[in-house]
Amino acid sequence: MRAVITVVGKDTVGILAKVSQKCAESNVNINEVTQSVLEDIFCMIMVADISKINKDFGAFSEEMKKMGCDLGMSVHVMHETIFNSMHRI
Amino acid sequence: MINTHEILETITMIQDENLDIRTVTMGISLLDCMDADIDKACDKVYNKIVSTAKNLVPVCCEIETELGIPIINKRISVTPIGIIASACKEQNPVKFALALEKAAKQVGVNFIGGYSALVQKGFAGADMELIKSIPEALAVTEHVCASVNVGSTKAGINMDAVALMGKIVKECAERTADRQCIGAAKLVVFCNAPEDNPFMAGAFHGVGEPDVVINVGVSGPGVVRAALAKNSEGLDLTGVAELIKRTAFKITRMGQLVAQEASKRLGYPFGIVDLSLAPTPAIGDSVAYILEEIGLECCGSCGTTATLAMLNDAVKKGGVMASSRVGGLSGAFIPVTEDAGMIHAATIGALTIEKLEAMTAVCSVGLDMINIPGDTSADVISALIADEAAIGMVNSKTTAVRVIPAIGKNVGDELNFGGLLGNGPVMKISTYSPAKFINRGGQIPAPMQSLKN
Repeated sequence: MRAVITVVGKDTVGILAKVSQKCAESNVNINEVTQSVLEDIFCMIMVADISKINKDFGAFSEEMKKMGCDLGMSVHVMHETIFNSMHRI
Repeated sequence: MINTHEILETITMIQDENLDIRTVTMGISLLDCMDADIDKACDKVYNKIVSTAKNLVPVCCEIETELGIPIINKRISVTPIGIIASACKEQNPVKFALALEKAAKQVGVNFIGGYSALVQKGFAGADMELIKSIPEALAVTEHVCASVNVGSTKAGINMDAVALMGKIVKECAERTADRQCIGAAKLVVFCNAPEDNPFMAGAFHGVGEPDVVINVGVSGPGVVRAALAKNSEGLDLTGVAELIKRTAFKITRMGQLVAQEASKRLGYPFGIVDLSLAPTPAIGDSVAYILEEIGLECCGSCGTTATLAMLNDAVKKGGVMASSRVGGLSGAFIPVTEDAGMIHAATIGALTIEKLEAMTAVCSVGLDMINIPGDTSADVISALIADEAAIGMVNSKTTAVRVIPAIGKNVGDELNFGGLLGNGPVMKISTYSPAKFINRGGQIPAPMQSLKN
Protein backbone atom coordinates (compact mmCIF):
# COMPACT_ATOMS: atom_id res chain seq x y z
CA MET A 1 0.00 0.00 0.00
CA ARG A 2 1.38 3.34 -0.99
CA ALA A 3 0.51 6.89 -0.11
CA VAL A 4 1.18 10.13 -1.94
CA ILE A 5 2.44 13.02 0.17
CA THR A 6 2.36 16.48 -1.38
CA VAL A 7 3.94 19.55 0.10
CA VAL A 8 3.39 22.98 -1.43
CA GLY A 9 4.32 26.37 -0.05
CA LYS A 10 7.03 28.99 0.37
CA ASP A 11 10.51 27.52 0.33
CA THR A 12 12.28 27.43 3.70
CA VAL A 13 15.15 25.50 5.23
CA GLY A 14 14.51 21.93 6.31
CA ILE A 15 11.17 21.07 4.73
CA LEU A 16 12.35 17.78 3.28
CA ALA A 17 14.11 16.92 6.54
CA LYS A 18 11.04 17.51 8.64
CA VAL A 19 8.73 15.53 6.37
CA SER A 20 11.18 12.61 6.14
CA GLN A 21 11.68 12.68 9.90
CA LYS A 22 7.94 12.33 10.44
CA CYS A 23 7.80 9.45 7.94
CA ALA A 24 10.65 7.65 9.66
CA GLU A 25 9.00 8.04 13.07
CA SER A 26 5.86 6.46 11.66
CA ASN A 27 7.76 3.65 9.91
CA VAL A 28 6.72 4.96 6.50
CA ASN A 29 9.28 4.15 3.79
CA ILE A 30 9.81 6.83 1.16
CA ASN A 31 10.04 5.27 -2.33
CA GLU A 32 10.24 8.28 -4.59
CA VAL A 33 10.61 12.01 -4.29
CA THR A 34 10.22 14.66 -6.94
CA GLN A 35 10.61 18.26 -6.03
CA SER A 36 10.82 21.57 -7.77
CA VAL A 37 11.26 25.14 -6.64
CA LEU A 38 9.61 27.62 -8.96
CA GLU A 39 10.68 31.14 -8.00
CA ASP A 40 10.28 30.65 -4.25
CA ILE A 41 7.36 28.22 -4.29
CA PHE A 42 8.40 24.80 -3.12
CA CYS A 43 6.53 21.79 -4.47
CA MET A 44 7.36 18.26 -3.44
CA ILE A 45 5.63 14.99 -4.15
CA MET A 46 6.60 11.82 -2.34
CA VAL A 47 5.39 8.31 -2.90
CA ALA A 48 5.78 6.29 0.26
CA ASP A 49 5.14 2.72 1.33
CA ILE A 50 2.70 2.66 4.23
CA SER A 51 2.25 -1.08 4.59
CA LYS A 52 4.30 -1.14 7.81
CA ILE A 53 3.01 2.11 9.24
CA ASN A 54 3.02 1.99 13.03
CA LYS A 55 -0.04 4.11 13.64
CA ASP A 56 -3.48 4.78 12.27
CA PHE A 57 -3.27 6.21 8.73
CA GLY A 58 -5.76 8.95 9.64
CA ALA A 59 -3.60 10.02 12.59
CA PHE A 60 -0.48 10.08 10.39
CA SER A 61 -2.28 12.20 7.82
CA GLU A 62 -3.48 14.58 10.54
CA GLU A 63 0.03 14.93 12.03
CA MET A 64 1.50 15.72 8.61
CA LYS A 65 -1.17 18.29 7.96
CA LYS A 66 -0.53 19.93 11.31
CA MET A 67 3.20 19.99 10.73
CA GLY A 68 2.50 21.64 7.38
CA CYS A 69 0.43 24.31 9.10
CA ASP A 70 3.29 25.00 11.54
CA LEU A 71 5.69 25.39 8.61
CA GLY A 72 3.20 27.53 6.69
CA MET A 73 2.96 24.84 4.00
CA SER A 74 0.06 22.89 2.65
CA VAL A 75 0.63 19.17 3.19
CA HIS A 76 -1.67 16.39 2.00
CA VAL A 77 -1.43 12.68 2.52
CA MET A 78 -3.65 10.48 0.43
CA HIS A 79 -3.80 6.84 -0.59
CA GLU A 80 -2.38 6.16 -4.03
CA THR A 81 -5.64 4.45 -5.05
CA ILE A 82 -7.46 7.72 -5.56
CA PHE A 83 -4.94 8.92 -8.15
CA ASN A 84 -4.86 5.58 -9.90
CA SER A 85 -8.60 5.37 -10.14
CA MET A 86 -8.99 8.92 -11.36
CA HIS A 87 -6.26 8.96 -13.98
CA ARG A 88 -5.91 5.35 -15.15
CA ILE A 89 -8.44 3.14 -16.87
CA MET B 1 3.44 5.74 -12.27
CA ILE B 2 1.18 8.69 -11.68
CA ASN B 3 2.80 11.93 -12.77
CA THR B 4 3.11 15.21 -10.89
CA HIS B 5 0.56 16.98 -13.05
CA GLU B 6 -2.09 14.36 -12.33
CA ILE B 7 -1.43 14.42 -8.61
CA LEU B 8 -1.68 18.19 -8.43
CA GLU B 9 -4.80 18.16 -10.59
CA THR B 10 -6.57 15.83 -8.17
CA ILE B 11 -5.51 17.88 -5.16
CA THR B 12 -6.62 21.15 -6.77
CA MET B 13 -10.00 19.62 -7.59
CA ILE B 14 -10.56 18.72 -3.94
CA GLN B 15 -8.97 21.76 -2.30
CA ASP B 16 -10.02 24.60 -4.57
CA GLU B 17 -12.82 23.38 -6.78
CA ASN B 18 -15.15 21.79 -4.23
CA LEU B 19 -14.86 18.25 -5.54
CA ASP B 20 -16.52 15.95 -3.08
CA ILE B 21 -18.71 12.93 -2.75
CA ARG B 22 -22.11 14.42 -2.11
CA THR B 23 -23.57 11.37 -0.49
CA VAL B 24 -23.13 7.75 0.39
CA THR B 25 -26.67 6.47 0.71
CA MET B 26 -27.48 3.09 2.18
CA GLY B 27 -30.69 1.66 0.78
CA ILE B 28 -32.46 -0.60 3.27
CA SER B 29 -35.48 -2.75 2.49
CA LEU B 30 -38.13 -2.69 5.20
CA LEU B 31 -40.33 -5.34 3.60
CA ASP B 32 -39.49 -7.74 6.43
CA CYS B 33 -40.66 -5.18 9.02
CA MET B 34 -44.34 -5.26 8.15
CA ASP B 35 -46.70 -6.00 11.02
CA ALA B 36 -50.41 -5.62 11.70
CA ASP B 37 -49.52 -3.86 14.96
CA ILE B 38 -48.11 -0.46 14.02
CA ASP B 39 -46.02 -0.14 17.19
CA LYS B 40 -44.39 -3.51 16.57
CA ALA B 41 -43.78 -2.53 12.95
CA CYS B 42 -42.14 0.73 14.05
CA ASP B 43 -39.89 -1.16 16.49
CA LYS B 44 -38.85 -3.54 13.72
CA VAL B 45 -38.14 -0.60 11.39
CA TYR B 46 -36.02 1.13 14.03
CA ASN B 47 -34.12 -2.04 14.90
CA LYS B 48 -33.44 -3.01 11.30
CA ILE B 49 -32.13 0.45 10.38
CA VAL B 50 -29.97 0.80 13.47
CA SER B 51 -28.48 -2.68 13.18
CA THR B 52 -27.87 -2.43 9.42
CA ALA B 53 -26.54 1.12 9.28
CA LYS B 54 -24.63 1.27 12.57
CA ASN B 55 -21.28 1.37 10.77
CA LEU B 56 -22.29 3.65 7.91
CA VAL B 57 -21.08 6.94 9.37
CA PRO B 58 -17.82 5.63 10.94
CA VAL B 59 -16.89 3.77 7.74
CA CYS B 60 -17.54 6.85 5.60
CA CYS B 61 -15.40 8.96 7.94
CA GLU B 62 -12.64 6.36 7.67
CA ILE B 63 -12.77 6.45 3.86
CA GLU B 64 -12.76 10.25 3.97
CA THR B 65 -9.50 10.36 5.92
CA GLU B 66 -7.80 7.61 4.01
CA LEU B 67 -8.59 8.78 0.52
CA GLY B 68 -8.55 12.45 1.44
CA ILE B 69 -11.88 13.09 -0.27
CA PRO B 70 -14.73 14.71 1.66
CA ILE B 71 -18.00 12.77 1.90
CA ILE B 72 -20.48 15.54 2.63
CA ASN B 73 -23.57 13.54 3.56
CA LYS B 74 -24.30 10.08 4.81
CA ARG B 75 -27.88 9.08 4.18
CA ILE B 76 -30.33 6.22 4.33
CA SER B 77 -33.18 5.41 1.97
CA VAL B 78 -35.88 2.91 2.88
CA THR B 79 -38.75 1.06 1.22
CA PRO B 80 -41.67 3.47 0.65
CA ILE B 81 -43.49 3.63 3.98
CA GLY B 82 -46.80 3.66 2.08
CA ILE B 83 -46.16 -0.05 1.40
CA ILE B 84 -44.98 -0.93 4.93
CA ALA B 85 -47.86 0.92 6.59
CA SER B 86 -50.41 -0.95 4.47
CA ALA B 87 -50.12 -4.01 6.72
CA CYS B 88 -51.08 -2.06 9.85
CA LYS B 89 -54.59 -2.07 11.26
CA GLU B 90 -54.24 1.35 12.81
CA GLN B 91 -53.20 3.75 10.10
CA ASN B 92 -51.48 6.78 11.49
CA PRO B 93 -48.23 6.56 9.54
CA VAL B 94 -46.61 9.48 11.43
CA LYS B 95 -45.45 6.86 13.94
CA PHE B 96 -43.22 5.49 11.17
CA ALA B 97 -41.80 8.96 10.55
CA LEU B 98 -40.90 9.21 14.24
CA ALA B 99 -39.28 5.77 14.15
CA LEU B 100 -37.25 6.80 11.08
CA GLU B 101 -36.21 10.03 12.80
CA LYS B 102 -35.12 8.20 15.93
CA ALA B 103 -33.11 5.71 13.86
CA ALA B 104 -31.51 8.49 11.80
CA LYS B 105 -30.40 10.27 14.97
CA GLN B 106 -29.11 7.06 16.48
CA VAL B 107 -26.86 6.20 13.52
CA GLY B 108 -25.93 9.84 12.89
CA VAL B 109 -26.98 10.22 9.25
CA ASN B 110 -27.86 13.59 7.69
CA PHE B 111 -31.13 12.51 6.07
CA ILE B 112 -33.41 9.52 5.81
CA GLY B 113 -35.66 9.23 2.77
CA GLY B 114 -38.58 6.97 2.03
CA TYR B 115 -41.62 8.49 3.69
CA SER B 116 -43.06 7.86 0.28
CA ALA B 117 -45.97 6.57 -1.73
CA LEU B 118 -46.06 5.37 -5.33
CA VAL B 119 -49.48 6.25 -6.69
CA GLN B 120 -48.96 6.79 -10.42
CA LYS B 121 -51.95 4.62 -11.26
CA GLY B 122 -54.01 4.85 -8.10
CA PHE B 123 -54.03 4.69 -4.32
CA ALA B 124 -53.67 1.37 -2.52
CA GLY B 125 -53.27 0.27 1.10
CA ALA B 126 -52.09 3.12 3.28
CA ASP B 127 -51.03 5.40 0.41
CA MET B 128 -53.77 7.96 0.98
CA GLU B 129 -53.25 8.06 4.77
CA LEU B 130 -49.52 8.39 4.22
CA ILE B 131 -49.83 11.28 1.79
CA LYS B 132 -52.23 13.11 4.08
CA SER B 133 -49.84 12.65 6.99
CA ILE B 134 -46.81 14.09 5.15
CA PRO B 135 -47.23 17.69 6.44
CA GLU B 136 -47.36 16.50 10.06
CA ALA B 137 -44.55 13.98 9.55
CA LEU B 138 -42.22 16.61 8.07
CA ALA B 139 -43.13 19.16 10.74
CA VAL B 140 -42.39 16.88 13.70
CA THR B 141 -39.17 15.41 12.29
CA GLU B 142 -35.94 16.95 11.13
CA HIS B 143 -34.17 14.28 9.08
CA VAL B 144 -37.07 12.54 7.36
CA CYS B 145 -37.72 13.25 3.67
CA ALA B 146 -40.88 12.44 1.77
CA SER B 147 -41.69 11.81 -1.87
CA VAL B 148 -44.72 10.86 -3.91
CA ASN B 149 -44.63 9.44 -7.42
CA VAL B 150 -47.71 10.71 -9.26
CA GLY B 151 -46.97 9.66 -12.82
CA SER B 152 -44.95 7.51 -15.17
CA THR B 153 -44.50 6.99 -18.89
CA LYS B 154 -46.15 3.58 -18.62
CA ALA B 155 -49.05 4.60 -16.37
CA GLY B 156 -49.81 8.22 -17.24
CA ILE B 157 -50.48 10.82 -14.57
CA ASN B 158 -52.76 10.27 -11.59
CA MET B 159 -54.47 13.65 -11.52
CA ASP B 160 -56.30 12.89 -8.26
CA ALA B 161 -52.89 12.55 -6.65
CA VAL B 162 -51.70 15.71 -8.39
CA ALA B 163 -54.71 17.64 -7.05
CA LEU B 164 -54.00 16.34 -3.57
CA MET B 165 -50.29 17.12 -3.71
CA GLY B 166 -50.92 20.82 -4.38
CA LYS B 167 -52.69 21.01 -1.03
CA ILE B 168 -50.08 18.87 0.72
CA VAL B 169 -47.15 21.00 -0.50
CA LYS B 170 -48.92 24.10 0.77
CA GLU B 171 -49.77 22.53 4.10
CA CYS B 172 -46.14 21.39 4.55
CA ALA B 173 -45.05 25.02 4.19
CA GLU B 174 -47.79 26.33 6.47
CA ARG B 175 -46.96 23.91 9.25
CA THR B 176 -43.34 24.99 9.21
CA ALA B 177 -43.91 28.70 8.49
CA ASP B 178 -41.91 29.60 11.60
CA ARG B 179 -38.92 27.63 10.25
CA GLN B 180 -38.60 29.14 6.75
CA CYS B 181 -41.30 26.73 5.49
CA ILE B 182 -38.66 23.97 5.55
CA GLY B 183 -41.30 21.20 5.44
CA ALA B 184 -41.93 21.79 1.74
CA ALA B 185 -38.19 21.59 1.04
CA LYS B 186 -38.22 17.98 2.27
CA LEU B 187 -41.00 16.84 -0.09
CA VAL B 188 -40.59 15.89 -3.75
CA VAL B 189 -43.39 15.08 -6.19
CA PHE B 190 -42.07 12.79 -8.94
CA CYS B 191 -42.91 11.46 -12.35
CA ASN B 192 -40.88 8.34 -13.28
CA ALA B 193 -39.17 8.24 -9.86
CA PRO B 194 -35.97 6.16 -9.92
CA GLU B 195 -35.78 3.37 -7.34
CA ASP B 196 -32.06 3.72 -6.64
CA ASN B 197 -31.69 7.47 -6.27
CA PRO B 198 -29.20 8.43 -3.52
CA PHE B 199 -30.15 12.12 -3.55
CA MET B 200 -32.59 13.78 -1.17
CA ALA B 201 -35.34 14.65 -0.74
CA GLY B 202 -36.48 12.09 -3.28
CA ALA B 203 -34.52 9.00 -2.24
CA PHE B 204 -36.38 5.79 -1.49
CA HIS B 205 -35.40 2.14 -1.71
CA GLY B 206 -37.40 0.52 -4.50
CA VAL B 207 -39.05 -2.87 -4.05
CA GLY B 208 -36.96 -4.34 -6.87
CA GLU B 209 -33.74 -3.54 -5.01
CA PRO B 210 -31.73 -5.98 -2.87
CA ASP B 211 -32.15 -6.09 0.91
CA VAL B 212 -29.36 -3.59 1.55
CA VAL B 213 -27.37 -1.66 -1.05
CA ILE B 214 -24.80 1.15 -1.20
CA ASN B 215 -25.44 3.96 -3.67
CA VAL B 216 -23.17 6.94 -4.15
CA GLY B 217 -23.88 10.40 -5.51
CA VAL B 218 -20.99 12.53 -6.74
CA SER B 219 -20.86 16.30 -6.97
CA GLY B 220 -18.43 18.47 -8.89
CA PRO B 221 -19.89 21.46 -10.76
CA GLY B 222 -16.93 23.48 -9.47
CA VAL B 223 -14.48 21.10 -11.15
CA VAL B 224 -16.28 21.27 -14.51
CA ARG B 225 -16.44 25.05 -14.35
CA ALA B 226 -12.75 25.33 -13.47
CA ALA B 227 -11.79 22.93 -16.29
CA LEU B 228 -13.73 25.09 -18.73
CA ALA B 229 -12.25 28.29 -17.35
CA LYS B 230 -8.73 26.96 -17.73
CA ASN B 231 -8.95 25.03 -20.98
CA SER B 232 -11.92 26.06 -23.12
CA GLU B 233 -10.60 29.28 -24.67
CA GLY B 234 -10.96 29.02 -28.43
CA LEU B 235 -12.73 25.65 -28.38
CA ASP B 236 -15.88 25.12 -30.41
CA LEU B 237 -18.83 23.37 -28.76
CA THR B 238 -17.66 19.91 -29.83
CA GLY B 239 -14.44 20.63 -27.98
CA VAL B 240 -16.32 21.96 -24.97
CA ALA B 241 -18.46 18.81 -24.82
CA GLU B 242 -15.31 16.67 -25.00
CA LEU B 243 -13.74 18.63 -22.16
CA ILE B 244 -16.83 18.20 -19.99
CA LYS B 245 -16.88 14.48 -20.76
CA ARG B 246 -13.28 14.03 -19.72
CA THR B 247 -13.83 15.97 -16.51
CA ALA B 248 -17.02 14.06 -15.69
CA PHE B 249 -15.06 10.84 -16.16
CA LYS B 250 -12.56 11.85 -13.49
CA ILE B 251 -15.23 12.98 -11.07
CA THR B 252 -17.16 9.77 -11.48
CA ARG B 253 -14.08 7.58 -11.02
CA MET B 254 -13.81 9.08 -7.57
CA GLY B 255 -17.44 8.14 -6.89
CA GLN B 256 -16.86 4.62 -8.16
CA LEU B 257 -13.83 4.19 -5.89
CA VAL B 258 -15.69 5.43 -2.81
CA ALA B 259 -18.71 3.26 -3.65
CA GLN B 260 -16.55 0.14 -3.97
CA GLU B 261 -14.65 0.88 -0.76
CA ALA B 262 -17.83 1.60 1.19
CA SER B 263 -19.48 -1.53 -0.13
CA LYS B 264 -16.46 -3.68 0.74
CA ARG B 265 -16.04 -2.29 4.23
CA LEU B 266 -19.72 -2.33 5.12
CA GLY B 267 -20.24 -5.79 3.65
CA TYR B 268 -23.22 -4.82 1.49
CA PRO B 269 -23.43 -4.85 -2.31
CA PHE B 270 -22.59 -1.80 -4.37
CA GLY B 271 -25.67 -0.49 -6.16
CA ILE B 272 -25.01 2.45 -8.42
CA VAL B 273 -23.08 5.65 -8.83
CA ASP B 274 -25.34 8.59 -9.58
CA LEU B 275 -23.43 10.78 -12.03
CA SER B 276 -25.03 13.99 -11.05
CA LEU B 277 -23.51 17.44 -11.05
CA ALA B 278 -25.03 18.51 -7.75
CA PRO B 279 -24.35 22.16 -6.89
CA THR B 280 -23.93 23.67 -3.44
CA PRO B 281 -24.51 27.27 -2.41
CA ALA B 282 -20.70 27.68 -2.12
CA ILE B 283 -19.40 30.22 -4.60
CA GLY B 284 -17.95 28.41 -7.60
CA ASP B 285 -19.82 25.14 -7.05
CA SER B 286 -22.62 26.09 -9.39
CA VAL B 287 -24.21 24.57 -12.49
CA ALA B 288 -25.34 28.05 -13.59
CA TYR B 289 -21.71 29.21 -13.61
CA ILE B 290 -20.83 26.32 -15.94
CA LEU B 291 -23.48 27.52 -18.40
CA GLU B 292 -22.10 31.05 -18.08
CA GLU B 293 -18.56 29.79 -18.56
CA ILE B 294 -19.64 28.17 -21.83
CA GLY B 295 -20.83 31.55 -23.03
CA LEU B 296 -24.09 32.87 -21.60
CA GLU B 297 -24.14 36.31 -20.02
CA CYS B 298 -26.49 34.99 -17.37
CA CYS B 299 -28.22 31.69 -16.70
CA GLY B 300 -31.81 32.01 -17.91
CA SER B 301 -30.98 33.82 -21.14
CA CYS B 302 -31.94 32.37 -24.53
CA GLY B 303 -29.52 29.52 -25.16
CA THR B 304 -29.74 28.20 -21.60
CA THR B 305 -31.76 25.12 -22.56
CA ALA B 306 -29.38 24.19 -25.39
CA THR B 307 -26.30 24.69 -23.24
CA LEU B 308 -27.79 22.66 -20.42
CA ALA B 309 -28.78 19.86 -22.82
CA MET B 310 -25.19 19.61 -23.99
CA LEU B 311 -23.80 19.71 -20.46
CA ASN B 312 -26.23 17.06 -19.24
CA ASP B 313 -25.43 14.71 -22.10
CA ALA B 314 -21.67 15.17 -21.82
CA VAL B 315 -21.77 14.46 -18.07
CA LYS B 316 -23.57 11.18 -18.72
CA LYS B 317 -21.23 10.15 -21.53
CA GLY B 318 -18.15 10.78 -19.42
CA GLY B 319 -19.63 9.21 -16.32
CA VAL B 320 -20.96 6.02 -17.87
CA MET B 321 -17.46 4.97 -18.92
CA ALA B 322 -16.11 5.66 -15.44
CA SER B 323 -18.47 3.52 -13.43
CA SER B 324 -19.44 -0.11 -13.63
CA ARG B 325 -23.05 0.63 -12.66
CA VAL B 326 -24.81 3.89 -13.18
CA GLY B 327 -28.27 4.88 -12.03
CA GLY B 328 -30.32 7.27 -9.96
CA LEU B 329 -30.96 10.69 -11.43
CA SER B 330 -27.64 11.02 -13.30
CA GLY B 331 -27.29 14.39 -15.00
CA ALA B 332 -27.08 18.04 -14.07
CA PHE B 333 -29.19 19.34 -11.20
CA ILE B 334 -30.73 22.79 -11.30
CA PRO B 335 -32.01 23.48 -7.77
CA VAL B 336 -32.41 27.22 -7.52
CA THR B 337 -31.69 27.90 -3.85
CA GLU B 338 -28.77 25.46 -3.75
CA ASP B 339 -26.84 27.08 -6.58
CA ALA B 340 -25.13 30.47 -6.20
CA GLY B 341 -25.42 31.25 -9.92
CA MET B 342 -29.11 30.32 -10.07
CA ILE B 343 -29.82 32.41 -6.97
CA HIS B 344 -28.16 35.39 -8.63
CA ALA B 345 -29.98 34.85 -11.94
CA ALA B 346 -33.34 34.51 -10.18
CA THR B 347 -32.71 37.57 -8.02
CA ILE B 348 -31.96 39.85 -10.96
CA GLY B 349 -34.93 38.43 -12.89
CA ALA B 350 -32.92 36.71 -15.63
CA LEU B 351 -34.20 33.28 -14.64
CA THR B 352 -37.94 32.61 -14.49
CA ILE B 353 -40.00 29.57 -13.54
CA GLU B 354 -41.07 29.20 -17.18
CA LYS B 355 -37.44 29.03 -18.32
CA LEU B 356 -36.65 26.55 -15.55
CA GLU B 357 -39.52 24.40 -16.78
CA ALA B 358 -38.01 24.33 -20.26
CA MET B 359 -34.63 23.44 -18.75
CA THR B 360 -36.14 20.45 -16.94
CA ALA B 361 -36.99 18.90 -20.30
CA VAL B 362 -33.30 18.38 -20.99
CA CYS B 363 -31.68 17.85 -17.60
CA SER B 364 -31.87 15.33 -14.86
CA VAL B 365 -34.49 16.46 -12.40
CA GLY B 366 -37.14 19.12 -12.39
CA LEU B 367 -38.41 22.28 -10.77
CA ASP B 368 -36.24 22.02 -7.71
CA MET B 369 -35.94 24.22 -4.64
CA ILE B 370 -37.97 27.11 -6.00
CA ASN B 371 -39.57 29.56 -3.61
CA ILE B 372 -43.00 30.76 -4.71
CA PRO B 373 -45.29 33.37 -3.11
CA GLY B 374 -47.03 32.11 0.05
CA ASP B 375 -50.48 33.00 -1.26
CA THR B 376 -50.13 30.77 -4.36
CA SER B 377 -53.25 28.60 -4.46
CA ALA B 378 -53.07 24.82 -4.12
CA ASP B 379 -54.61 24.53 -7.61
CA VAL B 380 -51.73 26.48 -9.14
CA ILE B 381 -49.19 24.25 -7.37
CA SER B 382 -51.06 21.15 -8.59
CA ALA B 383 -51.07 22.47 -12.13
CA LEU B 384 -47.34 23.19 -11.91
CA ILE B 385 -46.83 19.58 -10.79
CA ALA B 386 -49.01 18.37 -13.68
CA ASP B 387 -46.95 20.35 -16.22
CA GLU B 388 -43.72 18.99 -14.89
CA ALA B 389 -45.03 15.43 -14.70
CA ALA B 390 -46.21 15.75 -18.32
CA ILE B 391 -42.69 16.66 -19.43
CA GLY B 392 -41.33 13.58 -17.65
CA MET B 393 -44.10 11.29 -18.88
CA VAL B 394 -43.80 12.24 -22.54
CA ASN B 395 -40.00 12.31 -22.62
CA SER B 396 -39.55 9.06 -20.65
CA LYS B 397 -37.43 10.79 -18.04
CA THR B 398 -37.57 11.58 -14.37
CA THR B 399 -39.03 14.94 -13.48
CA ALA B 400 -39.93 16.29 -10.09
CA VAL B 401 -41.31 19.31 -8.31
CA ARG B 402 -39.98 20.66 -5.04
CA VAL B 403 -41.39 24.14 -4.58
CA ILE B 404 -41.60 26.02 -1.30
CA PRO B 405 -44.59 28.31 -0.81
CA ALA B 406 -43.07 31.11 1.28
CA ILE B 407 -45.86 31.70 3.76
CA GLY B 408 -46.42 35.41 4.44
CA LYS B 409 -43.90 36.40 1.78
CA ASN B 410 -44.12 37.71 -1.73
CA VAL B 411 -42.03 38.11 -4.88
CA GLY B 412 -38.67 39.68 -4.00
CA ASP B 413 -38.65 38.42 -0.40
CA GLU B 414 -36.28 35.64 0.55
CA LEU B 415 -36.23 32.30 2.33
CA ASN B 416 -33.05 31.08 3.98
CA PHE B 417 -32.79 27.37 4.82
CA GLY B 418 -29.09 27.25 5.60
CA GLY B 419 -26.68 24.40 4.86
CA LEU B 420 -26.89 22.55 1.56
CA LEU B 421 -30.46 23.74 0.97
CA GLY B 422 -29.22 27.33 0.66
CA ASN B 423 -31.35 30.42 0.27
CA GLY B 424 -33.11 32.23 -2.52
CA PRO B 425 -35.66 34.77 -3.65
CA VAL B 426 -39.39 34.18 -3.94
CA MET B 427 -40.07 33.84 -7.68
CA LYS B 428 -43.06 35.01 -9.67
CA ILE B 429 -45.54 32.38 -10.80
CA SER B 430 -48.58 32.72 -13.08
CA THR B 431 -51.71 33.16 -10.97
CA TYR B 432 -54.32 32.51 -13.68
CA SER B 433 -56.53 29.77 -12.32
CA PRO B 434 -56.25 26.16 -13.53
CA ALA B 435 -58.89 25.14 -10.91
CA LYS B 436 -61.40 23.61 -13.32
CA PHE B 437 -58.70 21.43 -14.95
CA ILE B 438 -57.36 20.27 -11.60
CA ASN B 439 -60.78 19.57 -10.11
CA ARG B 440 -61.70 17.23 -12.94
CA GLY B 441 -59.41 14.58 -11.40
CA GLY B 442 -58.97 11.21 -13.12
CA GLN B 443 -55.95 9.96 -15.01
CA ILE B 444 -54.04 11.45 -17.92
CA PRO B 445 -53.57 8.33 -20.07
CA ALA B 446 -50.10 6.99 -20.78
CA PRO B 447 -48.60 8.53 -23.91
CA MET B 448 -47.78 6.93 -27.26
CA GLN B 449 -44.23 5.71 -27.46
CA SER B 450 -44.09 5.70 -31.23
CA LEU B 451 -44.92 8.36 -33.84
CA LYS B 452 -42.59 10.66 -31.89
CA ASN B 453 -43.10 14.22 -32.99
